[in-house]
Amino acid sequence: MLKTLSTASFAVAMVIGATAYAEDITIAVASEVTAMDPHYHNTGNNNQIVGLIYDRMLHQDSNQQLGPGLAVEWGPIADDVWEFKLREGVTFHDGSALTAEDIVFSYERVPNVPNSPSSFATYTAGIAEITVVDDYTLQFKTNGPYPLLPIDLSTIQIVSSENPDATTEDYNAGPASVGTGPYKFVSYTPGESIILEANADYWGGAPEFDTVTYRPISSDAARVAALLAGDVDVISGVPTSDIATLEGNPDIVLSQGVSNRVIYLHVDSRRVYSPYITDNDGNQMFNPLQDVNVRKAISMAIDRDTIVEEVMEGIAIPAGQVLPEGFFGVSENIEVPEYDPEGARELLAEAGYPDGFRLTIHGPNDRYINDEQIAQAIAQMLTRVGIQTEVETMPRSVYFGRASGDDEGSEFSLMLVGWGSGTGEASSPLRALLHTRDDDSGLGRTNRGRYSSAPFDATLQLALNTVDDDMRQALLARATEIAMREVGLIPTHFQVNTWGSRVGLRYMPRTDEYTRPTNVVIE
Amino acid sequence: MTVFIIRRLLQSVLVVAVMTLLVFAGVYAIGNPVEILISQDATEAERAAAIARLGLDKSLPEQYLAFLGNLVKGDLGTSFVFGEPALQLVLQRFPATMELAICAMMMSIFIGVPLGLYAGLRPESIAGRTIMTGSIFGFSLPNFWQGLMLIMLFAVILQWLPAGGRGVRGEFLGIESSFFSWDGISHLILPAINLALFKTSLVIRLTRASVRETINLDYVKFARAKGLRPRRVIGLHVLKNIMIPLVTIIGLEFGSVIAFAVVTETVFAWPGMGKLIIDSIFQLDRPVIVAYLIVIVCLFITINLVVDILYAILDPRVRLADQKA
Repeated sequence: MLKTLSTASFAVAMVIGATAYAEDITIAVASEVTAMDPHYHNTGNNNQIVGLIYDRMLHQDSNQQLGPGLAVEWGPIADDVWEFKLREGVTFHDGSALTAEDIVFSYERVPNVPNSPSSFATYTAGIAEITVVDDYTLQFKTNGPYPLLPIDLSTIQIVSSENPDATTEDYNAGPASVGTGPYKFVSYTPGESIILEANADYWGGAPEFDTVTYRPISSDAARVAALLAGDVDVISGVPTSDIATLEGNPDIVLSQGVSNRVIYLHVDSRRVYSPYITDNDGNQMFNPLQDVNVRKAISMAIDRDTIVEEVMEGIAIPAGQVLPEGFFGVSENIEVPEYDPEGARELLAEAGYPDGFRLTIHGPNDRYINDEQIAQAIAQMLTRVGIQTEVETMPRSVYFGRASGDDEGSEFSLMLVGWGSGTGEASSPLRALLHTRDDDSGLGRTNRGRYSSAPFDATLQLALNTVDDDMRQALLARATEIAMREVGLIPTHFQVNTWGSRVGLRYMPRTDEYTRPTNVVIE
Repeated sequence: MTVFIIRRLLQSVLVVAVMTLLVFAGVYAIGNPVEILISQDATEAERAAAIARLGLDKSLPEQYLAFLGNLVKGDLGTSFVFGEPALQLVLQRFPATMELAICAMMMSIFIGVPLGLYAGLRPESIAGRTIMTGSIFGFSLPNFWQGLMLIMLFAVILQWLPAGGRGVRGEFLGIESSFFSWDGISHLILPAINLALFKTSLVIRLTRASVRETINLDYVKFARAKGLRPRRVIGLHVLKNIMIPLVTIIGLEFGSVIAFAVVTETVFAWPGMGKLIIDSIFQLDRPVIVAYLIVIVCLFITINLVVDILYAILDPRVRLADQKA
């Protein structure tokens, strides 16, 4: 699903757009990249930029749907063997031809990048063996049936095997930054700029802009000011509080699109005692969140429309599951839970808490759009149905460690978190957030509430072993339905991102929150 | 004097040791950087491997001893985030911050001292009062807001200067710096003003107070009675005597401008050390935080040393070797 609303005056855009022709573009983003090595650090900030220099076997489009990249044909030839046909005639920026060797080299390099703070090895772990059939055909043997292979491969950049010993420094300095992508590396000045130039020989056609400059501007207000001053052409992360003013500015075009990020509450649903729950007198009590009806009551007590309208200033979409409609594996049978404070009070009374209890909700204050205010709004809504709720927010550097806790569980009882599905389909959040925590398989690793349900686990496992797309989609939707019925977590809204550009340009939103020149159209 | 300097250096080593211990314990207490760095899709095994690779699986004393061992060899560790030597990252961004600090300090001296002098000599005049009232603004405006207002006025409305970032550097005598190109200077002006406003006000007030105090002293009266021209009385007798408190303050403020340009660097997206340190704190990149603080502590120690030596030059009564510092 893609929602684009034009906010600048259309007439003005037409008039100026007709004369404006941009050869160069400067893009301001909120965070710095940590390296130009495409296999060094798996973070959106890096991926959005290195993904311009390099190609992947399969590409994710603006809505994270898979399409051909360096591979033109692919499919399973057995339950655990996949065959990929490579695009012919693709050359690297140094002129050398792309062959199967480069693919193999790239996947072998991934787990072995020294000092990598966050490796891409997660996405090569499913591969047991790669066989080169000929220069343009590869066969991947997986560890058992592994339907996620194409998605995993769409996250890994293909580098040139001509630089077998290239280190991260070599990529940062430039000599090794040689890819097949639409833009070539020119320079990288940490904290200051990244400059790319068009690859006129790109197999997908020469890109629109001659030179692309990325500048990190972390302060929201300064990023907006840089756009207003004409220093930059496109900015990401327009703060919701500035949207109303910018909408009235004829020199600025805003575009908005829903992201793959759901904001939700993790609920401590396993432990007998939960650290931040007491009765109304402040005494320890049995954890009421173990009761599905109490969790349901909390979900019903949250007025999602008010959060969206008031806190998010209309720039969000109320959520009833872990991904917005249109994504693979989303259930069509789930409605956004209706706001029903009376019903919530009744459910609480039925569950044995007619007078409610006391609770603290925790959240970050520098991670998601308006995160602190959302936590405060939820606390007020819960207090209104009798659950006296306090709020504690903290910087993300402190928050996430404590929210994840240790083997005993989270340090918190009810916590506001978000999850962006990097794979663009439902298995990513379902695996990480809702499956019973299992350290060996890595499932449920971010299940901070320790929700555990045998029917859910079984359905998800089945989905993860089903190679047939339609069947898997149905199973993922079924698993989502189970988890939402049992209130394994409480989704509140899907984040909507806002980009700003100068008049004459328009950003076509991406669900993965990336800001790329390839999504900028000249009007 | 040599004894004085040696004693100072020994003290510095102690200060650095205590500082690193505090930072280590502090960052350790905040949390685990792996939680922030690692991909959300990573498995438990990958997470454990990342923790072990960064040495975070060891106890705090073990981590600290390992750090000290490397420190003796001149190795301040490798950044958790960038994977490059922490000291190199800090020093890479040092010139940008220095440019900003030098420019801001120059502004505050060359604007602050004359204005303060005037306000001190003519305290009742309209100009003198205006200067003093104006300096209250310099003190009280929040740096962040003031920076944004500068951007709104000069970059957005008037479009005279760029809104942020560092310009193209020019080269002169083999040194690359923003000072040597117009583009570089135009990028430097707004952040430097933002950083300088507070310091200028400080210098104005300090100069004025010192002038008011000195002007009534006997030796000034005597110099006047001797028939010296006012220019000479002020330029030599007054100015030289008020320099002592000024040098102290300017010296200390220079250190703080370098160390705490964080807000200005953030608002103007200036790629200096301040921006690096704030990002590093958010990501709990301990080696960079420690390396940065070591650099800053060394800088403060050097500045204090230079200030003390300048004292001796400005005021012959001060003898460094006699000081039990």
